[in-house]
Amino acid sequence: MKILVCISKTPDTTAKIAFTDNNRKFAADGVQWILNPYDEWYALVRAIELKEKDPATVIHLATVGLADAEPIIRKALALGGDEAIRINIDSTDTFVIASQLAAVAKEGGYDLIFTGKETIDFNGATVGGMLAELLDIPFISLATKFELNGSTATVTREIEGGEETDEVNLPLLVSCQKGVAEQRIPNMKGIMGARTKPLKVVEPVSVTALTSIVSFELPPAKAGVKLVSADQPEELVRLLHEEAKLI
Amino acid sequence: MVLVYIDQYNQQIKKTAFEAANYGSQLAAKLGTEAVGLVLGSSNNDLASLGKYGLKKVYKVSNDALNQLDTQVYTTVIAAAADSLGADIIVLSGNVNGKAIAPRLSARLHAGLVTGAISLPDTSQGFVVKKAVFSGKAFANINIETAKKIITVSPNAFSHQPGEGSAEVADLQVNVPTAKVKVLSSQVASGQVPLSDAEIVVSGGRGLKGPENWGMIEDLAKLLGAATACSRPVADAHWRPHGEHVGQTGGAIAPNLYFAVGISGAIQHLAGVNRSKTIVVINKDPEAPFFKAADYGIVGDAFEVMPKIIEAVKKLKQ
Repeated sequence: MKILVCISKTPDTTAKIAFTDNNRKFAADGVQWILNPYDEWYALVRAIELKEKDPATVIHLATVGLADAEPIIRKALALGGDEAIRINIDSTDTFVIASQLAAVAKEGGYDLIFTGKETIDFNGATVGGMLAELLDIPFISLATKFELNGSTATVTREIEGGEETDEVNLPLLVSCQKGVAEQRIPNMKGIMGARTKPLKVVEPVSVTALTSIVSFELPPAKAGVKLVSADQPEELVRLLHEEAKLI
Repeated sequence: MVLVYIDQYNQQIKKTAFEAANYGSQLAAKLGTEAVGLVLGSSNNDLASLGKYGLKKVYKVSNDALNQLDTQVYTTVIAAAADSLGADIIVLSGNVNGKAIAPRLSARLHAGLVTGAISLPDTSQGFVVKKAVFSGKAFANINIETAKKIITVSPNAFSHQPGEGSAEVADLQVNVPTAKVKVLSSQVASGQVPLSDAEIVVSGGRGLKGPENWGMIEDLAKLLGAATACSRPVADAHWRPHGEHVGQTGGAIAPNLYFAVGISGAIQHLAGVNRSKTIVVINKDPEAPFFKAADYGIVGDAFEVMPKIIEAVKKLKQ
């Protein structure tokens, strides 16, 4: 069984969000980059769990990005990926990104592909679905549970106010979120071993972007909190009713 | 022409689909064209009433195989419908199903996609759609470069209120391929407002000390017709189900009113709720970071404050 986990680097959750180049580019200076939490905690860990159950499983990692993505690739290898592929292109267009991953995935012939539900920078939740379409395989999004029995997967996905459980045969692409697995921390053996695991760099395929970023903007600053005395909580209710007109 | 995909659960039109219909018809008016709806599978709604959301015509593909979502099947059917109707813009709800369908459709049609639009496109120069990025800490204006375009509408960013009008309803003949995904079961908590749809959300954190104290969160939520949510430590401790977790690694919501009780407001939590239009914070720690992001606040003990708030809301609702 061959699993591909698509990973991405994102600014750390606590990173200061600012822009340069006339608000056209994210100000990356001094930003701490991390492995996108949905890719790491849920997609990758579930793949590792499947390998622990069936040691014949092979986990490949793929990321679309320049050489500065390598620390997060090494981290994912330390957690438990077997090999990694970096496609050497920087793009903000998700179709370009999905097309790069599709080229790698076609070559690798994977039974199962995991992505995180979205990245925490662009919050697009688009690469997984596009990749599934480019590979012409089924796609289950926002999975909260994933079980495998032979070549049949049982996947629970989020729906409004509840959940749906689906059955589908491999090959399959699943986007993962909370519930699929629990976060792990790489151990020393994993970290040491990651240094010598294969990391292949491939050149991108030529694809035209479907979208472009015109500009970024920051939300307007909050006016400041209006505090109500703890002795008169009913005043808060009055304000929400009469001033904010929300209740 | 703008084609609006009308998402359903259990043959009922979802609230987010009405939002998408309003968005699509306003977009069509802006572009000087018309908006039509597309309903897949059977529906218990009066589809002509979608005219109240500005749709001139509603096409239905009445095939029971479409009562369940298989993204490959849906992509084929929506793409065929768009093609036969000559629609160049497709609008979907940015909800669970929109996230599943829109990216496939984008790759299939080679149509540029922006997910989670929060306003109508700026068409003065190109076709620029605004969406939240960096977990609500910024916005991006994204230009769709292709002739065919797909937009998903961020839940609760557009009105779901009806206006006047009636849509003509017509059957559309489309070839429906065989599904590869089989739905085994689906459950939705009855009598509760789904968190993703809620206009008001009442949320509790570690400050509530234990699951036995959630009565006041639920009582207030019930009185306000609100959904309940929680912070990550609460979900991790299994005080509340995972589905209620909002924050960086849980769900992201954008209600009109977010009521945070006993939540300190760590940056990871804010990432899931910072697009709420109004935030109320109740916390006994005046230094809690959440107060910086709040519109209204009470520095006080939730166990003393909440019963009084509930009483005051009860009086208001009488």
